[in-house]
Amino acid sequence: MSIDVMAGPRSTAVLARANPLAKLAAALVLTIVLLLSVDWASATVALVFELAVLPLAGLSARNLLLRGWPILAAALVGGYGSALLAPKTGAVLLNWGPLLFTEGSLQSGVAIMLRGIAIALPGVIVLASTDPTDLADALAQKMKLPHRFVLGALAALRLVGLLVEEWQTLGMARRARGVGSGSGFVGRFKASLGQALALLVQAIRRASRLAVSMEAKGFGAGPRSWARESTFGPLDAWVVAVAVLTAGAVVGAAVGLGTWNPVFG
Amino acid sequence: MSPYDEDKFGQGTRPAAVCAKGWGWQHSGRAARAVHDLDLNIAPGERVLLLGPSGAGKSTLLHALAGVLGADQDAAESGSLTVDGENPAVRRGSAGLMQQDPEAQVVLSRIGDDVAFGAENLAVPRDKIWRRVGNALDAVGLDFPLDHPTSALSGGQKQRLGLAGILAMQPGLLLLDEPTANLDPAGVLEVRDAVLRMLERTGATMVVVEHRVAVWVDVVDRIVVLAPADRGQGGGVLIDGSPEHVLRQARRMLTDAGVWVPGYIPITRRRKDAPGSRPASQSASRNRTGADVLLDADQLAVSRRAMNAHKRRGAARRHPVAAMASGIDLTVSAGAALSITGPNGAGKSTLALTLGGLLPPLDGRLRAADALSRGAGPEPHRWKGGDLIQRIGTVFQEPEHQFVTGRVLDELNFGPKLLGRGFERVDELLERLRLTHLAEANPYTLSGGEKRRLSVATVLAANPSLLVLDEPTFGQDANTWAELVDLLTELLDAGTSVISVSHDEEFTQLLGGTRFPITAAGRPIPQETQPAAAHREAAQPVAAHFAAAQARAEVSGEH
Repeated sequence: MSIDVMAGPRSTAVLARANPLAKLAAALVLTIVLLLSVDWASATVALVFELAVLPLAGLSARNLLLRGWPILAAALVGGYGSALLAPKTGAVLLNWGPLLFTEGSLQSGVAIMLRGIAIALPGVIVLASTDPTDLADALAQKMKLPHRFVLGALAALRLVGLLVEEWQTLGMARRARGVGSGSGFVGRFKASLGQALALLVQAIRRASRLAVSMEAKGFGAGPRSWARESTFGPLDAWVVAVAVLTAGAVVGAAVGLGTWNPVFG
Repeated sequence: MSPYDEDKFGQGTRPAAVCAKGWGWQHSGRAARAVHDLDLNIAPGERVLLLGPSGAGKSTLLHALAGVLGADQDAAESGSLTVDGENPAVRRGSAGLMQQDPEAQVVLSRIGDDVAFGAENLAVPRDKIWRRVGNALDAVGLDFPLDHPTSALSGGQKQRLGLAGILAMQPGLLLLDEPTANLDPAGVLEVRDAVLRMLERTGATMVVVEHRVAVWVDVVDRIVVLAPADRGQGGGVLIDGSPEHVLRQARRMLTDAGVWVPGYIPITRRRKDAPGSRPASQSASRNRTGADVLLDADQLAVSRRAMNAHKRRGAARRHPVAAMASGIDLTVSAGAALSITGPNGAGKSTLALTLGGLLPPLDGRLRAADALSRGAGPEPHRWKGGDLIQRIGTVFQEPEHQFVTGRVLDELNFGPKLLGRGFERVDELLERLRLTHLAEANPYTLSGGEKRRLSVATVLAANPSLLVLDEPTFGQDANTWAELVDLLTELLDAGTSVISVSHDEEFTQLLGGTRFPITAAGRPIPQETQPAAAHREAAQPVAAHFAAAQARAEVSGEH
């Protein structure tokens, strides 16, 4: 069985029915507002909202951790680094050799960590609730991007899943020839490089055969119609409106609590 | 007329006429012409089987008719080639082309979207597209919901999906380029019958290229044999006529060119050690003493993901990897043949890879006896590359996967060099497999049959005691097929063991030895329930034999 990144049944979540462009716009609004300020209040408000939206995207907490743990790890490291390096204001909390944390520096660290997660989450939500085919339809039909590029990329994306299996097969096929018997790091590196080249050759050959298939089916010969219509509906208006309102709440909370800390100026 | 009627098959399709007048084509950067001076007329609705030796330009002609040759700027075209009086390149999309590789057939990730793709490119209105999609899927017998993932289809189903996509475009000309070469026997019939249903509904013109004449001979009106164009003179049509006429007139020429003419089985070398030539007691006693045993599997379970399961013991316990095949007991002895048979998806290839030391066993035990391991340890998957290739040689279904250099000679020298041996055997193999004139060529540029011969030769260059082959005869012409049989029977008689995975009944029979059938669920078939013929052979006293241990097979049989 191949590992197809795009396989699987269509998600039934509410957000999966929204137009991908509306979701992208919503994510963009929220992300830009969060980029403007480094403070814990704006990040917390945004984070609470994003976590509340998760079920609508069909993401369980477990799935989120499985997909998003690198973001969490990066945010923790970033927060720790900021707490270590930020200006040491306020009472000393921990002073242990070179490790000095104060109230002020800890606050900066927490703000950086929350902000990192809050900025990354909208992207995760959009990705998890968006079918690549729907995204391609929206980009070509609504954004009027050239359909040759959009559909070409979509077809290529399907082949990415096949590469995983192909890599494994190549590894076995080359071991059967005795490749990779050179021990040590250099030997293994050379073997991996050779295997990567072989994978590239196979990928290009398959891609050119696929291109012939697509051309034979009249791809790019002239104007085309769309079997799936990409539409905007009331749900999309809601998605954008909620994002704008949340962005307003984010700024309001930070200014109200006096934590607004613009990056520029 | 209602829109629905207008869209029914047969009414949207007008069979196309093909006309070539002194047509020739030379790919850019090639010294020889792919096609030269071709004169050919195909009437609307005709069904033509196109034959010819490799290099006769069959694929080039099909690609030209589909209008997909045009991108090659520096190519040289001569004469004229038209479909319904027009240049095929300007009417791209009006002829349907189907290729060999099922994976290259699928464009999108859901079957409904994939079938709609061609019709979209022809700017068919949306409501009509979905009617056509439904009709097309129905015509090729793919009974799945429209959002069924295309990656979950088998090879034969993918080819039928490609056909549905073509059908939804309602082309007047259907072009099939070896559409069944990569399929097992059941898949071949699946695809052939779907094509026939389509032709009956639409009356479209068909041109099919295929080595196995028997698949199409009863359903085509005409056979056209092309001559290779690179021999200085000629090219064009060699012989043209009704199937009976052509097969009678040109039978000898076709079989010489390696075409699988119906009823023709190439003459091959017979095993010296034919079944029955040795008393049963002798074989049995040799097995009991274990002197000849090379490899022994006990309740073996295999999976392609066994590698990951081994790396992360903890994770594997939480997410157990399902076995592709399990409960396998077998013994591999020196100088004997074993054929693993069974339906698609039964885990035959995975079992072969495990026996070949390329995958660790998922469960159970696989031990290499001293006669095979010669001090390298009992577990083949732990052997170093150099140790592996001089003990077990595995030949993959796709030869290109095993090419590791850019030159045929380097490819053959690779194993001996790794083992620090001389190259005497290499010259012998080049000669034996008729590759001498290709020694300087790039392996990727060889023909299908040459690639197959090279991939077998490279593995044999390391002189392994056990050879494992995965579908070695898939898509091969009759000449390569016969050479493989000759070579393998010679090796067997000389004491090399051969394990093969094959759907090819004739091939399995000629290698002799024992069969090891697996069910669709990946379980060995207990010997008592095997077909009589297979059972008789399994019990045959071959020099040494492979057998599922009966008592254990009973326990592990299907439940």
